[in-house]
Amino acid sequence: MYGNAYIDPKKANSSLVEGENPEKLAEFEARILRGEKIEPKDWMPAMYRKQLVRMIEQHAHSEIIGSLPEGTWITRAPGFRRKLALMAKVQDEVGHAQLLYNAAETLGKSREDMINDLISGKSKYSNVFNYPAKTWADSAVIAWLIDAGAIVNQLANSRGSYGPYCRALERICAEESFHLKYGHDNVVFLATGTSKQREMVQDALTRWWPPIMHFFGPSDKDSIHSETLMRWKVKMASNDDMRQQFLNMYVPKIWDLGLTLPDPNLKKNEETGKWDYTEPDWEEFKRVINGGGPCNAERLAVRRTAEENGQWVRKALLKETETYVTPLS
Amino acid sequence: MKIVSLDPRVNRSSINETEESVVLKKLDQFQTYEVFAQTKRGVHHIHVGSVHAANKKIAVLFAKEQYARRGECVNIWVVKTSDVATTEYEDSDIFDTLDEKTHRNPESYKVLDRIKKYKERTSK
Repeated sequence: MYGNAYIDPKKANSSLVEGENPEKLAEFEARILRGEKIEPKDWMPAMYRKQLVRMIEQHAHSEIIGSLPEGTWITRAPGFRRKLALMAKVQDEVGHAQLLYNAAETLGKSREDMINDLISGKSKYSNVFNYPAKTWADSAVIAWLIDAGAIVNQLANSRGSYGPYCRALERICAEESFHLKYGHDNVVFLATGTSKQREMVQDALTRWWPPIMHFFGPSDKDSIHSETLMRWKVKMASNDDMRQQFLNMYVPKIWDLGLTLPDPNLKKNEETGKWDYTEPDWEEFKRVINGGGPCNAERLAVRRTAEENGQWVRKALLKETETYVTPLS
Repeated sequence: MKIVSLDPRVNRSSINETEESVVLKKLDQFQTYEVFAQTKRGVHHIHVGSVHAANKKIAVLFAKEQYARRGECVNIWVVKTSDVATTEYEDSDIFDTLDEKTHRNPESYKVLDRIKKYKERTSK
């Protein structure tokens, strides 16, 4: 599961191709235009590498951190089967992080550096995971709708140009289809249950709707980098387009269950075929992404403690003769 | 200040909120092994990705957890990434070859024609 990589709009000044060898750049762009993938040791523009590292790394961190709010409910999942399913889902998410860290490593950033940047707060991860999963219904809403959003994003990115990222995403998307069905099943179970269960799932949905609307990030169609990043197939769809696709697929399914969403302006515009909605609160988004959310401190502290607690084991296992080379793909 | 969480596991861990961050040193996460998995007997093992591990045994264990969670695997090989020799994409001209390759084509060998001609010649 994942949200879109957050690119600071203030840093969007200089050209992405400044100083690049024009001949190599043309060759590189022609390869992408032909639909061929870029592989790790190929020549690539510095900004292509940088954007991809940032994007894949953020994606990996999101998988790891995203497993924390869901993991909260493993010990209290109602019934053995749901407990098994939730453990499997959380294990999948952590596995997805491993796949993604590997893909980012092929671009030259070590796993140690990525983990260091996560725990120090330098690297970002999907903003939604800075909110708490208050009840069992929250875990159901996350598994259904956050994973649904992630699939929209990941399916788009799996058609991108960087081979290792595409390969990781193919496996991830295949595994996430279970997450989506599992989440939908849990939401439907509550929504078709007792009045107390309905109330619980409605409450969770109401709380999660603003973060879900933030999920794809602020509108970036006017970003001066978007055109280049799309030509390079680093970015495959605008944030607004992905948000529209998500709304189109899932709002009818939510309404179909008789549940409501806390936005009086949310409706499909029959003229444009697009969804109208109240503009999400992007100040809140920025505040939370920069550390001001309800769970930022906890998420990072838990992650840091996990690294600390495992360190003596790793130290004991490390052989002095060991050397590192970047993984093949 | 201790972290107070909705997650009982976090509370039991008694985690301090503001503690100096650990810094992972080089190779803290070990080297990588490339993983090859076979989906059923009779087919080739195929490269599926890599894992970080301290040794071969742990690499096999991690590979199983990472690439065989759904029972679609009957056998796994791992090999240290540093032990793999590869060609380079930039040297892809090493795969360039002749345009005309009829000598590799079974249909280009006309044995029966030759036998027929021989028989015609010797039966006279």
